[in-house]
Amino acid sequence: MKANPIEDQTQKFEKGLKSSGAEQYVLRLYVTGTTAKSVQAITNIKRVCEQHLKGRYALEVVDIYQRPVLAKTEQIIAAPTLVKLLPSPLKKMIGNLANTERVLLGLDLRPKEGGAEK
Amino acid sequence: MKAKAKRNAEPVSEALEKAAMGIPGLDEITGGGLPKGRPTLICGSAGCGKTVLSMEFLVRGAVEQGEPGVFMAFEETEEDLTKNVASLGFNLRTLTAQKKVVVDYVHIERSEIEETGEYDLEGLFIRLGHAIDSIGAKRVVLDTIEALFVSLPNEAILRAELRRLFRWLKDKGVTAIITAERGQEAFTRHGLEEYVADCVILLDHRINDQISTRRLRVVKYRGSIHGTNEYPFMIGKEGVSVLPITSLGLEHAASELRISSGVPRLDAMLGGKGYYRGSSVLVSGTAGSGKSSLAAAFVDAAARRGERCLYFAFEESQSQILRNMRSIGIDLEPAVRAGLVQFHAARPTLCGLEMHLLEIHDAIRKLKPKVVVIDPVTNLMSTGTGNEVKSMLTRLIDCFKTEQITAFFTSLTSGESAPEQTEVGVSSLMDTWLLARNIEANGERNRGLYVLKSRGMPHSNQIREFVLSSQGIQLLDVYVGGDTLLTGSARLAQESREKAAASQRQQEIARRSRELEREGQAIEAQIATLRAGLEAKAEQFKLEIAQDSRRQTALLEAEMKIGRSRMADSAMGLGGKHKPQRNGV
Repeated sequence: MKANPIEDQTQKFEKGLKSSGAEQYVLRLYVTGTTAKSVQAITNIKRVCEQHLKGRYALEVVDIYQRPVLAKTEQIIAAPTLVKLLPSPLKKMIGNLANTERVLLGLDLRPKEGGAEK
Repeated sequence: MKAKAKRNAEPVSEALEKAAMGIPGLDEITGGGLPKGRPTLICGSAGCGKTVLSMEFLVRGAVEQGEPGVFMAFEETEEDLTKNVASLGFNLRTLTAQKKVVVDYVHIERSEIEETGEYDLEGLFIRLGHAIDSIGAKRVVLDTIEALFVSLPNEAILRAELRRLFRWLKDKGVTAIITAERGQEAFTRHGLEEYVADCVILLDHRINDQISTRRLRVVKYRGSIHGTNEYPFMIGKEGVSVLPITSLGLEHAASELRISSGVPRLDAMLGGKGYYRGSSVLVSGTAGSGKSSLAAAFVDAAARRGERCLYFAFEESQSQILRNMRSIGIDLEPAVRAGLVQFHAARPTLCGLEMHLLEIHDAIRKLKPKVVVIDPVTNLMSTGTGNEVKSMLTRLIDCFKTEQITAFFTSLTSGESAPEQTEVGVSSLMDTWLLARNIEANGERNRGLYVLKSRGMPHSNQIREFVLSSQGIQLLDVYVGGDTLLTGSARLAQESREKAAASQRQQEIARRSRELEREGQAIEAQIATLRAGLEAKAEQFKLEIAQDSRRQTALLEAEMKIGRSRMADSAMGLGGKHKPQRNGV
C-alpha cells in the first residue's frame, strides 16, 4: 500500500531529472501581513520565479496572521519564510529573499561549487 | 491577628504579585513563587532538571492554580515530553485534551535553512500568541530557547528578536520560564540573563564522593526577598521537591506529655517518666554498645501504646533487626504485621543526602508516625559533608518537632573520638542524650549507660550497667569500689560478697539478740528468787509480830489474874492494873 506512492515519486523524480530543467516547482511563501519584509519577499520571489522558473512553478503566499495554525504545523519560526515543497529536498529560505544568489542556491538553480554531485 | 493581617495586606497590593510554583519548598524560598507576569530564567547544565522543573510549574499551575499554560519545546518532541513527564505522574495528554496545557514543539533543521535576507521571528511570536490565546494561557515555558542560536545563523537578529520576545511576554502578562544552558563564565551560554533579569534560578548537579546532589539557588529576584542559599532538591516520583520543606523557624510547641522509653529503669533515670513527646533523643556509643536495642525497646513500647512508628535502618535489613531483637526478648513482628511499625531499610550511599531527607519526609507524610527511629544517623555522614548532614538533621528535627514526633537517633562513635562528641555534631540539637559505653575491666567488657543530658527534667547522674538478656533490657546499679567501676562478673562477685556479709551480719544480730534474751531471762529468775526471799522474810516478820502480841496478851492476862488474886478490886480496871505493876517493879 505504502510502497506505491514512494515508488511513483521516485520514478517521477528520476523522470524529472532526465528531462533536466523541466521540474515543477511548488513554493509556499509565509509572510506576516503587509510588513516591509513581507512585501519585499513577495516582490523578490516573484521576480526570481519569473526569471528562472517561468511557466513551471506554483507559488502560494500564506499570511500566518490569518492562519496561525500553519505556523505550528509547518514549523515556521522566522518570517518571511519561503518553503520549497517540490522538487525535494525540502528547503526553507528565511528572510526577505533580497539575496538572489542565495535564493537560487536554495532553489537548486545554481550548481554548487565543486561541480555536480552524483 | 486580624488587625495584623489587615496591616500586612496593604503593602502586599503594592508588592510584586507571585505565581505559586506548587513545588514543595520552592515557594518558601521564593516567598510565594515566581514573579507573576514576568519572565524567569532557569539555567543549569545538561540533565540538572530544568525541563522537569519548568514542566512541573506549568502542570501544577494548570491543575492547582487554574492557570493554563503553554510549553514551547525546542529540544524534545511532544511525544517524548509526554513520556518523560509521565514518569513523574503528569498526564500531558489528558491536560492537552482538557485545554489546560498546550505543547508546541519547535523544530528547525539547520540543513534545511537558507538565509536570504532580513527576517524576524514573527513566526515564533504568532505561534506562541496563538497557543496562548487558544487556551487563555497564563503561564509559558520556553525550553530551551537557546536552541535557536544553533539553528539560526544571524545572531544579531536573534538577539534583537529575543529581547523583543521577552518584552512581548511581559506585555502579554504571562508568567514565563525561559530555560538556558549554563555557560562557562556567565549564567547562560548565550547571555540570556541580559534580557531576562527579573528572576534567575540556577540549577546545579554536583557529584561529591560519587554521590550526586542536585542543588538550586535563587541568584536574583527583583523586588522580592528570597532565600539566597543553595538548597538541595530532588526529582522524585511526584516531581520536584526542594528543601526546606519546613520553615526553619523555632516555633514548635513543646509538649508536656511523657512517654516511656521501653526500659522501666531508664524511665526512672529520666525523672521517672521517660522522654518528652516530640523531643529528640540521641543515643551515642561505640559499636556493640546496645544502641539499636534501646531503639527497638522504644519502638516496642510505642507499638504497645498503639502508636505508629517508622524505623529507618541504614545498617541492617528489616528481617535482620527483627531476628536480632527477638534474641533480647523484643518481638516487633506482630506490630509490623499490624502495620504499626514500618521499616525503611536502605544503604545510605544509595542516594544523596537530600534524597534520604525527602524519602524520610515522604514516609512521614504517608504513615503519620508518632515515633521515628534513625539508626544510625552517623551513616548518613558518608553521603555528605559534616555541614550538610548537620543542616539536614536540623531540618529533619525541625520537621519532627512541628509534627510532634518523638525522634530517636543513634549515633556511632568511633573508638578514637571522645564519647561526648557525636560525629555529626548534632548533640546540641538533641533534647535527651544517652551515652552507651563499654566498660572494660578484669578482662571483660560490659555495657554501661548514663544520661548525659535531658532537657526539662530531673535525671539521674549515675552510670547504670546495661544488660541485654533474653528477658530484654535491664539496667542495673554498678558498684563503685575505690576508683573503679565494677560491672559484669566483678559486679556479681561483689554482689555475692555483699550478700554473704549481709547474712553474716544478720546471723550476728540474731545471736546477740538471743544472748540478750537469755541474759534477761536470767535476771528475771534472780529477781524472782530475791522476791521470794523477801516474801519469806515478810512472812516470818508477821509471824513474829503475831507471836509477840499473843505473848503480851498472855502476860496481861497473867498479871490481871495475879492482881485479882491480891486485891480483888476488879472495878479499878486498868488503873488498878498499872499500879500493882509499878509497885511490883
